[in-house]
Formats: sequence, structure tokens, C-alpha cells
Amino acid sequence: MSALGQTLRQVRYTNTAFWRNPASAFFTFAFPLMFLVIFTALLGSGEVEFARVRVPGGRLVPLVLEQATYFVGAMAAFGVISATYTNIAITVSFQRDQGILKRLRGTPLPSWSYLLARVLHSMLVAAILVVITLAFGRFAYGTDLPTGRPLLEFLATLLVGSLSFAALALALTAVIPNADASPPIVNATILPLLFVSGIFIPLTDRAPAWITTVGNVFPVKHFADAMRAGYLGNVRLQGTTFRAFAFDWSDLAVIAAWGVLGLVLATRFFSWEPRK
Amino acid sequence: MSVIEVRGLRKVYGELTAVDGVDLHVDRGEVFALLGPNGAGKTTITEILEGFRERTAGDVRVLERDPAQGDPELKARVGIVLQSTGVDPFLTVRETVEMYGGYYAHPRPASEVIEVVGLKEKADTRVNKLSGGQQRRLDVAVALAGDPELLFLDEPTTGFDPNARRNAWQIVKNLTALGKTVFLTTHLMDEAQVLATRVAIIAKGTIVAEGPPDTLAGRDAMHARIRVRVPPGAPDPPSLGQTILADGVMEIRAEDPTRAVHELTGWAIDAGVRFETLDVTRPSLEDVYLEITGGEEGTE
Repeated sequence: MSALGQTLRQVRYTNTAFWRNPASAFFTFAFPLMFLVIFTALLGSGEVEFARVRVPGGRLVPLVLEQATYFVGAMAAFGVISATYTNIAITVSFQRDQGILKRLRGTPLPSWSYLLARVLHSMLVAAILVVITLAFGRFAYGTDLPTGRPLLEFLATLLVGSLSFAALALALTAVIPNADASPPIVNATILPLLFVSGIFIPLTDRAPAWITTVGNVFPVKHFADAMRAGYLGNVRLQGTTFRAFAFDWSDLAVIAAWGVLGLVLATRFFSWEPRK
Repeated sequence: MSVIEVRGLRKVYGELTAVDGVDLHVDRGEVFALLGPNGAGKTTITEILEGFRERTAGDVRVLERDPAQGDPELKARVGIVLQSTGVDPFLTVRETVEMYGGYYAHPRPASEVIEVVGLKEKADTRVNKLSGGQQRRLDVAVALAGDPELLFLDEPTTGFDPNARRNAWQIVKNLTALGKTVFLTTHLMDEAQVLATRVAIIAKGTIVAEGPPDTLAGRDAMHARIRVRVPPGAPDPPSLGQTILADGVMEIRAEDPTRAVHELTGWAIDAGVRFETLDVTRPSLEDVYLEITGGEEGTE
């Protein structure tokens, strides 16, 4: 069988095992939807003001978003991060501790093929999660779905983001000493970033500068911004069509740079054997 | 033909010399047991042969290749049961064996492998529902999935109850019937005695004795041990060089057990004495082992 065929075959087994683990499958899917409902309910039907845009006639009009619309985009981004970064880092740490990875090294299966299968599977889960989140937003909150060029940008962000967060997860396993330590370490690395990147709390013009500065260094904010720009697409304001948020390819470049860094570190430091 | 050939193998971890100049060879179709106390270097040697560890010095050939190269063609011909290992808990026994079999060019049919290890009834059970012993048998099944020529079993029955252990031994015997070569490590004497065609005893990183279990270290030439319990009040037996142990048990170390037993039982019949117990044993592998290793820890 070709290496590609082997990898796809491994995706199938990974998928079977994933859905049979009720705890992991349930929480991967439940968290983003749960947070979406909680945040939207807590913040009511309020609006988030992002910027002022100039409409014909020269007036500055505030560009506002409904909370629900805002959080649908943010939770889709959160879902992708959970499905790739969190899921891969924790699962791979457990498999390393259980000796599954070491055993694989004793078989003729190329080891990259096994890890690639896990990455591809997590991207599949991420895609399903995004579809569910957007569909939930559509039916529960009446939010619009992206079309046209913003849709393509949205998909490109999804691809670059999920690959990069997967690579960072593999790199992170190198500093996780054992499986029990993996959930706290993964959360310690990702939770603060989710807060300073506008995923849980919208970053408006009133956000402190240092928070924005910190957020701009790491990939989460760039990912959330690009997902939001693609998701919101165009809005009509007083008869004129505006791009709600400018989609900036440099966001994707920053995410990809982090992804490459993750890949380099993972290649150098990834461990197949349990840590003593 | 040599399946494993090792010359002057050394492995040093910092200050510690784990393996200190080991030579060994294993021929096709043999069950070779590396026997020794915990910490003697068994797993280090095995993992060097399996390709998981790099050696410090020495020449190592497994199926005429160097295992340190990570050669996929070598991996395709070898099955490995690690000392502690796992499989995905959410797949069934059959799925697991099929998945691993798929990594090889010429796998054995999964149902056949599952039958060899005695898990036929559990074929559609998920791994997390298996007992510890059943999971260990699945480890063997996974190692057999690719139909390897050579099988490494590192402490395959540690933690088994006696019944499970006997079943596991039967599995290994089935393997030899399939023409496999088996490299086994154990610290259990009876396991080596029952399974191995050849045993090497390792202590402190060096091989201290090697040979078939029945003749290891001159075991066959050692004196047999005759033990009888003479009922209380019986007349004194003839002098045959006996020593009296506790509970009135009398022990004779006999160079010629045939004659010694004859003299002993002849006297008993003439004197109208009925022995309460009568045992004739050759020195066990354990006796040999304890003598050689000086009774180090880990003999269980």
C-alpha cells in the first residue's frame, strides 16, 4: 500500500476510536456550543462596537455587531483550536505514556504517517465543529453564513490555522512530562491566549494596549481575526456594502510562521517513548 | 543459520555500564531465553536488538542487518512485545490486529492470529473490556500480525496468575510450531525451563552461563537430591552420607541416584519401614541460577 493509502487507512482507525471515546468526543463538540450559548445569554442581546465607518454623505457611523454574531465566529475559532491543539497534545501524550507510540516505532509503518493521520483526523473534526457552530448560529441566532470571496478566505484560514495549531500541539508534547500533566499544561498555554485574543471577550477600541500587543505576538488572535473577517464577510450599512472586517493575509502569515516553528521543534524534540 | 548475532556488546549510561561485553547468537527456530535478575541488563540488550536503543560499542546483527539503522525491511520481519506497551483502548481485538497487520506487506489473517493467542471469544470485544492477561495476549497477537520470522518477548508473563501463565506458555509453544524464532527475557526459572531451547544467564551486564536448560552450567552432572521422611520410631537407616533436615526429613546428595535409591528402599523393605515421603530431584534451574548469580534479588 502506498504511504498515502496507509495514512488514509490510519485516519479511519483514528476516527473509529475517537467516536467510541464518549468523554473526549462529547466535550470536543459540547464546549464551543456551550460557551456560545453561555456568552450570548450572559451578554444579552447587546452589541459590540468595533469601529466607525464613513458612509456616503461623509458621516461616521459606528460599526456594531450583535453579540451572537460575534460569538459564533469566535466559538468557531475556539472549536478549531480545541479540536487540533488541545485534542492532539492531550491524546498524543496519553498514547506516548501507554507505549502505543513506541510500539508503532517497531512496525514498518512510517512514523510520520501515523502522526499525519492524527493531524488529518483532527482537521476533519475541526471542520465538522465549524459547520455545527455556524449552523447552530444560523438557526438559534439567525446569523448569516459567509459566501463568495469571504468564504474562500474563511476556508483558507481554517486550513492554515488547523495545520499550524496541530504542529504546535506536537511540539508542546515535548515539554509534557506525562499524560496526567497534559491537560493542565495544555490549558495553561492556551487559556490566557483565548482571553487576550478576543475569543471569550471581544477586544474593542477600549481594550488596554498591552493586551492587544500580547495578543498580536501569538497566533490565536490572528486566527480569530481572520476567521471573523471571513465569517462576517460583507455588511450593508445605510445602503452601502462594507467589508465588516478587513481580511488581512498577514494574519495567515503569522499563523503559518508559528506552525512552521511548531513543526521544526516537533521534528527536533518529539519523543516516542514514555518519559520516566 | 544465525538469526541474531551479537559480539562485544556494550551499553553505557553515563557512569553506569548496563551491558558489559555480551556475545550471543540465536539460530533459526530456537526459543532463546535471557534469564537474569531485574536490572541485570535484559531489557537494555533486548531494546538494542529491537532497534529502540543505540549501543555504545559492539557488533549487532538481527536477520543480517543492523537494527540501529531503523530499516523498515527489518521491522517488517520482526515482531515485538515490549515489557510495557498498549494499544488503543477503544478499538476491538479484531480491529487492533487488522490495523497492525495492515502495516505489513504480508500479514497473517487476523482471525488466525487471534486464535493462536486464544482470544477468539473476545474478537469483537473492545480492548478496554479485556482483563490484564487478555491484553497481554493481544500484545502477542499484535506482534504476530505481520507474520514475523523473529519474535521478541520481553517479560511476557510478568503479573500473570499461574493459570494465565500456563496459557501464555502454550501460546509460545504454538509459535515454535509455526517455525518462529523467539527471543525471550524472563526472571522466572520455570518459564525458561518450560519454553527455552537455550538459556543464557545474565548478571550485572555480562553473560555468566549459557546452554540448554537441562545441561546449563553442568546441571546434568550435578548430584541428584533424594529426600525421604522416615516415620518416627523406625530403626536407623544405613549410612549413605545423609543429612537430617527439619521435620525428620533426610536428604542424600547422590552421585549415582539409581544405586542410592535402591539401597535406601531395599533397607526400608527389609526393615518393614514405609517412608512417609520419597522424592528424587535433579538440581533445578533455580539452584543453578542461585549458585551462579550468588542469589541476587529479583528471583521471585
